[in-house]
Amino acid sequence: MSLLEISDLRVEFPSDEGPLVAVKGADLIVEQGEVVGLVGESGSGKSLTCRSVMRMIPKPGRLAGGQIVFDGDDVTALRGPKLRDFRAHSVGMVSQNPFGSLNPVFRVGAQVAETLRVNRGMGRKSARTEAVALLDRVGIADPERRYLAYPHELSGGMCQRVMIALATASNPRLLLADEPTTALDVTTQAQILRLLVRMRREQGMTMLLVSHDFGVISEVCDRVAVMYGGYIVETGPVDEIYHDPQHPYTRALLDSIPELDSAGSSSRREPLSGYPPELSERVEGCVFAPRCRFARPECGSVSMELEPLGPGRASACPVRPLAGGCADPQSRAETSA
Amino acid sequence: MTDEHGERMLQVEGLTKEFALRRSVGQRVQRQEGQWHLAVDDVSFELRRGEILGLAGGSGSGKTTVARSLIRLTEPDAGQVRLDGTDVLAADRRELRGLRRRMQMVFQDPYSSLNPRMTVGAALHEAGKVHRRPGWEDKDAFVSRLLSLVQLSDRLASRKPRELSGGQRQRVAVARALAVDPELIIADEAVSALDVSVQAQLLNLFQELRDELGVAILFIAHQLAVIAELADRIAVMHEGRIVEMGETKSVFEAPSDPYTKALLAAHPDPDPRHRSLLA
Repeated sequence: MSLLEISDLRVEFPSDEGPLVAVKGADLIVEQGEVVGLVGESGSGKSLTCRSVMRMIPKPGRLAGGQIVFDGDDVTALRGPKLRDFRAHSVGMVSQNPFGSLNPVFRVGAQVAETLRVNRGMGRKSARTEAVALLDRVGIADPERRYLAYPHELSGGMCQRVMIALATASNPRLLLADEPTTALDVTTQAQILRLLVRMRREQGMTMLLVSHDFGVISEVCDRVAVMYGGYIVETGPVDEIYHDPQHPYTRALLDSIPELDSAGSSSRREPLSGYPPELSERVEGCVFAPRCRFARPECGSVSMELEPLGPGRASACPVRPLAGGCADPQSRAETSA
Repeated sequence: MTDEHGERMLQVEGLTKEFALRRSVGQRVQRQEGQWHLAVDDVSFELRRGEILGLAGGSGSGKTTVARSLIRLTEPDAGQVRLDGTDVLAADRRELRGLRRRMQMVFQDPYSSLNPRMTVGAALHEAGKVHRRPGWEDKDAFVSRLLSLVQLSDRLASRKPRELSGGQRQRVAVARALAVDPELIIADEAVSALDVSVQAQLLNLFQELRDELGVAILFIAHQLAVIAELADRIAVMHEGRIVEMGETKSVFEAPSDPYTKALLAAHPDPDPRHRSLLA
């Protein structure tokens, strides 16, 4: 049995002109011990999919359909104390903005200790000792002294480490990391990613990592699901997705990534034209078709269901214009400057 | 490229700016001097006509303060800024207006730098009208030419900023900068907030503007890969100083400064086979 199984997830926001559907149909499986990435552009529904697992969709949004099964239990049916228990023990969450997630008027150590006392029923003293140990485990130097610091006294990277300590305080079986490094400098980002990789290796932590940056996903994840316009359009092992993408959107996304190797070259990328769909836009058939250079008339009736392509791989594009290799992610349109 | 290419247009020498840090209550009561933070420390560089110089560095490295000092949105404490030999820091109000026309800024967040109550057309036209640019009298033609420069449809002229997507808004911000025929565009994290597919479009746009209009660009970004795509030369800032400067390709292939090396090493590679953090 998989640790997490999301099927046909639908998240809606009410509006005067009927519901706006932010996640239209997401299917995702996370196996025990696996690190899965969820990549996509803003508005693709990746954060909402991640937050749905914790049943933390920002109001007035709501879960309008689909199933979320965690370790055999239906998460969508949890209520009251059961939901609270699930959030406390089964999953941990790290969000993009560490300053916004920590309480500014309490010392960071006390916040970690509080979590330990509430979630693990520890006493004052043992919670304090354990909190210091947790801060140490997430790579905070001099944890005894940092225990007494307020969030504003710590850097962004430090705060994010505290958040990771909080999220993992009750040894959750799944860590949800929603753009955990987006607000940080690259050098700090590398440290946090290294920490996540280490925790995964040492504790076998299962993780769902959401990022708009394929580089971040590549560094940490085993598998990746690519989202666009509220759907998962392709999933597979990170290495295969990068070297042999099958969905035209994945290919276009990879082709758009700026790379260090481009320095000094006068060639240009052939960018994807147009813009991602707005929430209020209703696209019949394939959501990516309006921007797709392989679009055909029949794309207007595509169901956006993921079709299996091989072991662990699936794509929502039935046309499969990229089948048969030729997918070199470095390819550029040469234009003489 | 024109014959002018290679001519020094902007010269910055010894630019320095210190900010006073907020004093603690004790310091204020005792009328003590507070601490100072040296945001920009003796920064010098040159920009040639039609050149794209990337300015990289982490947050708090002083990139934005340098940019703002060039057009005196922030008054530097010391140093020199010369545009075609004219001393920008000594310019009076009238001269500064002219200089600012020639050096236009594009900011990270187009939503806060565009007037929400003005249509796109009105915003673009106003810029041309204020500076009496050729052709401003014919509003529709003036706006239409600018929109086509940034590859937007004429239909957008009647829209307000909130009706546009992030990428479209940033194109409008670029168009407004172009409305006054600048010789230098200072782009401060102008593509950082955009999605990668839209970011790639904007990077191509900046390159085309340089090739077709010969405009020079000071391109500020914290992402080295973005600078790699665009810049002829790169200057890396760290703690207020330029720690390394040179041709983008040679700096990336053989960085000499430890901070540049650290930045390059921390860059997440999209190819999973090149994983570097697991080591």
